[in-house]
Amino acid sequence: MAENQWPLWEIFIRSKQGLDHKHVGSLHAADAQMAIENARDVYTRRMEGVSIWVVESKYVHASNPDDAASFYDPASDKVYRHPTFYDLPDELKHM
Amino acid sequence: MSVQDLEKIFQDKIDADIRIEPKDWMPDAYRKTLVRQMSQHAHSEIVGMLPEANWITRAPTLRRKATLIAKVQDEAGHGLYLYAATETLGTGREELLDQLHTGKAKYSSIFNYPTLTWADMGAIGWLVDGAAIMNQVPLCRASYGPYARAMVRICKEESFHQRQGFEILLTLSKGSEAQRRMCQDAIDRWWWPSVMMFGPNDDASPHTAQSMQWKIKRFSNDELRQRFVDICAGQVKILGMTLPDPDLVWNEHRQHYDFGAINWDEFWSVIKGNGPCNKDRLEARVKAHEEGAWVREAALAHAEKMSRKRAS
Ligand SMILES: [Fe+2]
Ligand SMILES: [Fe+2]
Repeated sequence: MAENQWPLWEIFIRSKQGLDHKHVGSLHAADAQMAIENARDVYTRRMEGVSIWVVESKYVHASNPDDAASFYDPASDKVYRHPTFYDLPDELKHM
Repeated sequence: MSVQDLEKIFQDKIDADIRIEPKDWMPDAYRKTLVRQMSQHAHSEIVGMLPEANWITRAPTLRRKATLIAKVQDEAGHGLYLYAATETLGTGREELLDQLHTGKAKYSSIFNYPTLTWADMGAIGWLVDGAAIMNQVPLCRASYGPYARAMVRICKEESFHQRQGFEILLTLSKGSEAQRRMCQDAIDRWWWPSVMMFGPNDDASPHTAQSMQWKIKRFSNDELRQRFVDICAGQVKILGMTLPDPDLVWNEHRQHYDFGAINWDEFWSVIKGNGPCNKDRLEARVKAHEEGAWVREAALAHAEKMSRKRAS
């Protein structure tokens, strides 16, 4: 096999217990174990993480930004999904 | 949609400070300029490890050695963040490395100067990382999302680089006569190449206007250079040293330091490959890459074996 064909991995890091894993970048590695170890070395050198997820980039499916206008359109006219939509008297407390 | 419409939507987003992300439509010239600028930056981080690695084994104390290793390791990380960000534009890692190794791509000229004494580790941290920070902080707001995010990460890490460098010089400046001489000598040799790191004067950099419009450059070369000179002119006093420029003088009217003429012949000559270390640097990179080939192959073979094992 040709050299340099290590696949690309997307790296997600949980910065502390209780928080979500967040995308921090990507790197090349031969397999998942190596991706995790390399991610530790490049993305958590200063205690930035307590947990690492790696996903091979080819398995990430994304929405198409060109369709954004129509794709997100169904939510744009539904203001009644927000609490501020409802007209209630000021004396109503704890709601 | 016509290209003109797409271009307008694109520029409107940039004007509104909305970041461009990898899958968004972008003009070819924007993509090309970014690939060039970001990969050049990535190469600089990687080649930049060489002059400092030269002193790791000879650091004067364990503390200095640990610090220097940590700094060089950071630079490797910076290279990686930037390569990864560049790859989101559709140019693969092999191609980027190939451009570096064949001399097709440039890296910052500063790394073509030799590191002759321990004091150079101090001068590099203070001046070279200092100039890099000056260039990089505005890029944290660059219009291309992955680039801006990489720069945020890099800038967070850079500040220790500059501080450790200044600390080295400060220690030398309080040392023996020989140490003080070594300190001044390093400043003398690194000052002008650092001033040149900001690139040609504004009237000689034709792409600045376009890059500013695209917000992949926020300040002109001369603006950043002036800021750098002003700050260093103050800081050098703390060291009790001087900057090697007889024309350096505070200009009350401009509220800036005036400084002497830059030797642009030297600048272009080093860029063209005639600096003191151009050949060494490139050879070292190519050698490391070639000698690492078996490691890359072995890792792949191991990964394949493991996955076969899991399957059976
Ligand atoms: Fe760096
Ligand atoms: Fe640095």
